[in-house]
Amino acid sequence: MGEMGETIVKLEQVVFKYDGQERNAVDHVSFEIFEGEWLAIVGHNGSGKSTLAKLLNGLLFPESGRILVKEKELTEETVWDVRRQIGMVFQNPDNQFVGTTVQDDVAFGLENAGIPREEMITRVGDALHKVNMDQFLNQEPHHLSGGQKQRVAIAGVVALSPSVIILDESTSMLDPKGREEVLETVRMLMEERGVTVISITHDLEEAARADRMIVMNQGSVYKEGTPKDIFLLEEELISLGLDIPFPVKLSSSLREQGIELSQIHLTDEELVNDLCELISKM
Amino acid sequence: MMDKLIFGRYVPADSAIHKMDPRSKLIMVFLFVFVIFLANNVVSYALVAVFTLAIVKLSKVPARFLINGLKPVLILILFTFLLHLFFTKEGELLYKWNVIEIYSGGLRQGIFISLRFAFLIVITSILTLTTTPISLTDGLETLFNPLKKWKLPVHELALMMSISLRFIPTLLEETDKIMKAQAARGTEFSSGPVTSRMKAVVPLLIPLFVSSFKRAEELAVAMESRGYRGGEGRTKFRLLRWERKDTYLVLAICILGILLIVFRT
Repeated sequence: MGEMGETIVKLEQVVFKYDGQERNAVDHVSFEIFEGEWLAIVGHNGSGKSTLAKLLNGLLFPESGRILVKEKELTEETVWDVRRQIGMVFQNPDNQFVGTTVQDDVAFGLENAGIPREEMITRVGDALHKVNMDQFLNQEPHHLSGGQKQRVAIAGVVALSPSVIILDESTSMLDPKGREEVLETVRMLMEERGVTVISITHDLEEAARADRMIVMNQGSVYKEGTPKDIFLLEEELISLGLDIPFPVKLSSSLREQGIELSQIHLTDEELVNDLCELISKM
Repeated sequence: MMDKLIFGRYVPADSAIHKMDPRSKLIMVFLFVFVIFLANNVVSYALVAVFTLAIVKLSKVPARFLINGLKPVLILILFTFLLHLFFTKEGELLYKWNVIEIYSGGLRQGIFISLRFAFLIVITSILTLTTTPISLTDGLETLFNPLKKWKLPVHELALMMSISLRFIPTLLEETDKIMKAQAARGTEFSSGPVTSRMKAVVPLLIPLFVSSFKRAEELAVAMESRGYRGGEGRTKFRLLRWERKDTYLVLAICILGILLIVFRT
């Protein structure tokens, strides 16, 4: 947290509307994403956050406004270069698994990029090692858990060494254990490789781990700030249809009851530590 | 469910045939289909039998898999045998009862045609039993590669096949889930008259179709985002390796062909 890198992705007044719909799905959205940060984009269903993800990957193109990736504008001509820079992990673990085995799937993106076979083999091995799936090289997808499949998807992205990874609701279909595996893998990649992470989610507990948060509502940016700033909005978030994480709720209820807690707590651990401190002072 | 649906499925084993290049096996089966029609007497059929048995022995595939493969066509074999037995009127008359007349030529022909059928089934089963579907796809892709000149979308067809193969277990799982969900709502899949059982399949197929289309759409988006734009400029991760034993296999089938030409009458 804290020190911010250079701007890696920049959105300028981006507008997008789906055919046959009256309202803009994304309505004059502008923000910047900085190198090496974890940015969470949160919002209720239909807030435009998934459309935003597709725009960032050139799967959709804005009606007006510009998207700049490393100062280059994202257009039909540059889209394939941009996709090398920005990897995407989708929601459904099954529907993004192209290969018949784990290593074939990781190699898929490399094959598309025309990487020579020798290099492919080392890259596939490295990427699977990074996500801790190297013992499953020849495993078929239906023998893997959801979390494992998502880690393979991450390996497929990592093998192409992009600068940005977008997680588009990537943990929403996983059980708590799978979710933990995936988020832990992403955290480690950030630390080791300095990749920028954009996680698009409606799960505020996942967003609480981010460095910065953007709250989307009805296609526009509602609020931008650190998770601590954002969670201070409590009631407003609830009215947007977002669910406040349990430790945040508990912490604020305790404060309402007159218990002297200095700040808002994002994780169980923080809250427990502060409570222990409080008790020891009593 | 899996066992019933995928007949002639891959049987893993450590044999010479398993380790061969799928291309050599495909070429062998392709040539075998033609070569077997050259056989027309006892000596030539014996040669084909020796060849087939040698392949079976080398493949180390348990005999019960081959017998299972023969079962579905047994009726067909029996039918052609009887057809030849009763209607080929060549050679000496062996047996006569009322209108039924059996000639030695008919008996001979019946046995030969049945054997031809059985050998064909055994050899093609050996191909699918010793080669994983995916390497079979790879083999077909490289063998058909020259047809690209005539605008045949070889790469796309191979990718379609490999994606279908990859999704078979996923869709079976889903079918199972939908069946349970519909059974919980009172649909009877396994009892009742045939018509109502057939009607019960509709609420199974429709959700399956809908979800397959959804999957296809999501998969297409994922593939595009991972940089897929057709076969052009693509490299391959899986490598086929043609070794000396592959050449031997192709030579063996050629020699069988030559021998049959020599010994046939």
